[in-house]
Amino acid sequence: MIRASRAALGFLLAGCSWQQGALQPRAPKALAIARLGDFFFWIELVVWCAVVGAAIWAFSRAARRDRRGDEPLAAPSDSQQEHKLSRAVGASTVVSLLLLAVMLVASIATGRSLSDFGASPPVRIKVTAHQWWWTIEYLGRSPDERVVTANELYLPAGQPVELELTSADVIHSFWIPNLDGKHDLIPSHVVKTRMVAEKPGVYSGRCAEFCGYQHAHMDLLAVAVTPTQFEAWLAGQRQPGAEPRTETQRRGRELVEGEPCALCHNIAGTRALGGVGPDLTHFASRATLAAGSAPNDREALARWLRAPAALKPGAQMPAVPLSAADLAAVVDYLESLR
Amino acid sequence: MNVWRRCLVALLLAGIGACEREDRPFSDLSPLRDGERRDPSHFAQATGASHTPRNAFSVSEGQRLFDWFNCSGCHGGGGGGHIGPPLTDAAWRYGSSIEDVYRSIADGRPNGMPAFRGLIVDQQIWQLSAYVLGLSGRVPQGVNVSRPDGIGVGEPPVMRSEQTPHREQVNL
Repeated sequence: MIRASRAALGFLLAGCSWQQGALQPRAPKALAIARLGDFFFWIELVVWCAVVGAAIWAFSRAARRDRRGDEPLAAPSDSQQEHKLSRAVGASTVVSLLLLAVMLVASIATGRSLSDFGASPPVRIKVTAHQWWWTIEYLGRSPDERVVTANELYLPAGQPVELELTSADVIHSFWIPNLDGKHDLIPSHVVKTRMVAEKPGVYSGRCAEFCGYQHAHMDLLAVAVTPTQFEAWLAGQRQPGAEPRTETQRRGRELVEGEPCALCHNIAGTRALGGVGPDLTHFASRATLAAGSAPNDREALARWLRAPAALKPGAQMPAVPLSAADLAAVVDYLESLR
Repeated sequence: MNVWRRCLVALLLAGIGACEREDRPFSDLSPLRDGERRDPSHFAQATGASHTPRNAFSVSEGQRLFDWFNCSGCHGGGGGGHIGPPLTDAAWRYGSSIEDVYRSIADGRPNGMPAFRGLIVDQQIWQLSAYVLGLSGRVPQGVNVSRPDGIGVGEPPVMRSEQTPHREQVNL
């Protein structure tokens, strides 16, 4: 039955991409929400069929009478007819109220089950939304275990993690439909929630609350990997940025440290210590640029650095005037930061 | 009829007046083609001394940058003064035009003000300068920041009455 309703909805949404969707739950919380959706879907389908069926029956009855040459239907003339009609209206009202009450109870029960927290899980992740990108911060047990990255949320599959969600500027909404419902992010207010991805996989998410000019380019990638891979990934992220190996990479690092880049971006192990732009320590390990605006390759990076406003108008990164050779060096260095 | 015509003219004037206020110069600051050199005055003309203090977007961007680049670390939240001098009063040591403020940020000043030339993009220095002028009510009221980004930093700059600048004497 559940599968049939998904198939029915799937047919209606055949044009949509399947990678990201609340109809394909991959986590207990998303499953609870999808089940509630199924439940509503079937109730609404029955009600819709009943209402449309009644309307068709009424129209066809009028048409039949017309063909037979009967008197057209008039307002009820005697009190018995009137009584019958008001009974029918009363019964439909009671049924509607009952169904709404059932849906309300189901909705509240689901809401309660979503906020039912057990013991605190070991992995705590702080997610901060910005115009128009995400800071992902693994808090760790002690400050030396802290890892900061951007726009990619790595999760150990099968293990719950604790998320602390907030916003740095305006109201955003954190939404990875395959894993959980939406969480609105209010500046200077922290929303705590749990998330667990059941199987390894890549689930895309995005900002789900209009937050300004580039709201549409504010993607988030949730990457669920096995717990061993997750630990290895965390250990890799704790390392400082890769040392430059070629002459151009060295030149690139000099430029990043000396030009305006360093005032906003952080690259661990260098003099770039800014804290307002995305952390670039392991920049080249990420799949996309500017929160999903472009693939992270040399060509797109050069385009982005030359004119951020051309790729993502309104993005808060300014264009830094660089010569072609310097630009190539910076690209070379950044793409070596694995 | 006459009233309508007047209303229409007033509306058009209001529209023209608001153009510069609402302008968001995202794209004409950026694309620098291979081998292209650009005179710094291009930026100054497009988005600098004459433009920023009359543009609400630039002034509010200046407010954001004031925190981003930790100006507030020395000059205090909202520029009220801390270990650096306050920026909200009428006393100016190094001149009170937007060009003077630009020079203070770009080249630094004695007793601790660092030079940010080359570290902050030119356009952003102009935005910061416009915000700093606004702190003492010296940009048009319709342009000034009406809502502070942070919590509890006092009244917004738009509430401040315009200060008449006077030169502050300092013993160095």
